[in-house]
Amino acid sequence: MSTRGVLVVALGGVRAPVLEAVTLARALGTPAVLSLQPLTDDDVTALGAAGVARALVADLGEARHAAAVSGRAVAAAVEAIGASLVLLPTSFVAKEVAAHASFLLDAGLLIDVAALALDDETGEVVGDKRVFAGTWETRCAVTSPVAVATVRANAVVAAPAGEATTTAVEPLEVDATLPRGLALIGREERPSEGRPALAEAATVVLGGRGTEGDFSAVEELADALGAAIGTTRDCVDEGWQPHDAQVGQTGVTIAPRLYIGAGISGAPHHHGGMQASGTVVAVNLDQDAPLVQIADFAVIGDLQEILPAAAQAIREHLDR
Amino acid sequence: MRVVVLVKHVPELLSDRALGERGLTVRTSDDSTLNEVDENAVEAALQLAAASDGEVIAVSLGPAIAVDALRRALAMGAGRAVHVTDDAFAGSDVVATARALTAAVRVLDGEAPVDVVLTGLAALDGLGSVVPSLIAAELGWPQLTVVEEVTLEGEALVARRELDGATERWRASTPAVVSVIDTANDPRLPKMKDLLAARGAEVTVLTPADLGLSAAQVGAAGTRTRVVEAARRPEHPGPEIVTDDDGEGGALLARYLIDNDLVGGAR
Ligand SMILES: Cc1cc2nc3c(=O)[nH]c(=O)nc-3n(C[C@H](O)[C@H](O)[C@H](O)COP(=O)(O)OP(=O)(O)OC[C@H]3O[C@@H](n4cnc5c(N)ncnc54)[C@H](O)[C@@H]3O)c2cc1C
Ligand SMILES: Nc1ncnc2c1ncn2[C@@H]1O[C@H](COP(=O)(O)O)[C@@H](O)[C@H]1O
Repeated sequence: MSTRGVLVVALGGVRAPVLEAVTLARALGTPAVLSLQPLTDDDVTALGAAGVARALVADLGEARHAAAVSGRAVAAAVEAIGASLVLLPTSFVAKEVAAHASFLLDAGLLIDVAALALDDETGEVVGDKRVFAGTWETRCAVTSPVAVATVRANAVVAAPAGEATTTAVEPLEVDATLPRGLALIGREERPSEGRPALAEAATVVLGGRGTEGDFSAVEELADALGAAIGTTRDCVDEGWQPHDAQVGQTGVTIAPRLYIGAGISGAPHHHGGMQASGTVVAVNLDQDAPLVQIADFAVIGDLQEILPAAAQAIREHLDR
Repeated sequence: MRVVVLVKHVPELLSDRALGERGLTVRTSDDSTLNEVDENAVEAALQLAAASDGEVIAVSLGPAIAVDALRRALAMGAGRAVHVTDDAFAGSDVVATARALTAAVRVLDGEAPVDVVLTGLAALDGLGSVVPSLIAAELGWPQLTVVEEVTLEGEALVARRELDGATERWRASTPAVVSVIDTANDPRLPKMKDLLAARGAEVTVLTPADLGLSAAQVGAAGTRTRVVEAARRPEHPGPEIVTDDDGEGGALLARYLIDNDLVGGAR
């Protein structure tokens, strides 16, 4: 039996990537969860099924949006449970929190790993990551006693524990004081339109400049597949899609099981944010587009014709 | 307002990027450049300084050729450049990088108070996006990070960011750490005469000793991670391509997804 305590941090409720991280954590030690907002009954049930015996709740209110404060909560939770590994499902916010936790814990930091293991000989935590637009595979070991890692969504398939357990939920006292001089003056959540979140989705359909701003075909295929929608920076610049739909080196990094890019050329800036995807499909008028060249499967033609036809065929298949 | 802007020298996106001995990034002056989003950071720094009659100091940690990134920042309008460089810095991970850059900020802050540390969203080689937060943590300064817009309102900085389905507006008094994204502004293009002038400009060099850091705190010795393995992945076998000439493209796409068990799994 391994005794390593592994803390999984749920920054925004118990969502799919949290359960994926718990699945990873079970293979490395004993998982516990820190939530920065109150847990619902459904959350607690899901954690029990995932084999999480302890959940700490630091109810920080709005202060949780400050990375310095949530980093403090992570450090306090690590202390409370005696963890030596912290996993955070990745996002820009998660990386900020990971950095603050790493500073407070003198911990080594692994960013956006797709796999984690313990070295047989040294006992060190090792993480795997693809770099340089997917052309290189790297493995890094953490040499400090405590390790903090952000984990790619879809790195593993979330699976229930062999045996479900009852999750004990405990409050965690954390100082919620913001860094001096800092204030949150407004926060507005945008409605999600019922689609899965881009960073977490197993399937993503993306439209680029080739849509000319008409995303209805992209939406139709996405809905047939239960997929999230993504886009390129050009479409954000045009105001066709919100900024957080942008996939790429300066947008969201995604690694879904299935990536479908329609009317996207596949510029290196874009490629860098999707290179770890499982299966890549391109729909483009131009056979020489870089995205076609890196794809597993490509259809050469007009996306406005091809996507709705594919959506129709998929709906028929699923109805059968 | 005294603004320190952090700029990194990275391999070109389009070059054949590689890792060499000890997992270190291979860099040559032909194939490397100022990290693109750091141009947005320089632009934001210049705008903040202009709005407050201040100055911009560009700082880079990296080998000898990283001076190219500093010269670019100088050509854009930075008033001074500081190169944190020494063989001892080789092999720094994000933690060691942030420690050295923080020490450099402290040295500059000792000369005259620094109001803002400005950075890019991410170094596009490692895609870490953690150095700004690590520096904010070490300095104990508030951070406005991954921001799309930052302006000066009186003595305070106000910034907007759009993340994870929410739009946030934050205010921070100075000193503060700010990281900007690529859509925050349009970086100015330096004129030929400024590029030429930057080539001959003086660049201050800081070594570990100048930063008050010991050999154990910098470079590979100061890291908390170690590259165990780095290998080039096999070439992509090339796509299976179909054309939509006869209007069957959509059906073929659906068939490919169904045959490969990629349909319905996401539901
Ligand atoms: C600092 C910096 C950071 C950047 N970061 C990002 C980033 O994070 N993410 C990102 O995406 N970009 C980023 N970019 C922009 C990037 O360089 C490209 O400009 C952008 O990705 C191109 O978008 P696109 O593929 O939608 O458009 P285009 O390159 O114009 O491609 C459009 C494609 O659509 C095809 N097409 C046209 N009509 C149709 C049709 N009817 N049916 C099918 N195909 C059609 C065309 O053949 C073409 O291949 C960044 C740029 C900079 C300078
Ligand atoms: N070696 C470096 N020298 C100067 N600035 C750096 C260095 N590394 C990172 N930065 C700054 O920190 C930002 C984020 O980097 P990273 O966290 O490594 O992705 C970059 O855009 C730079 O502004």
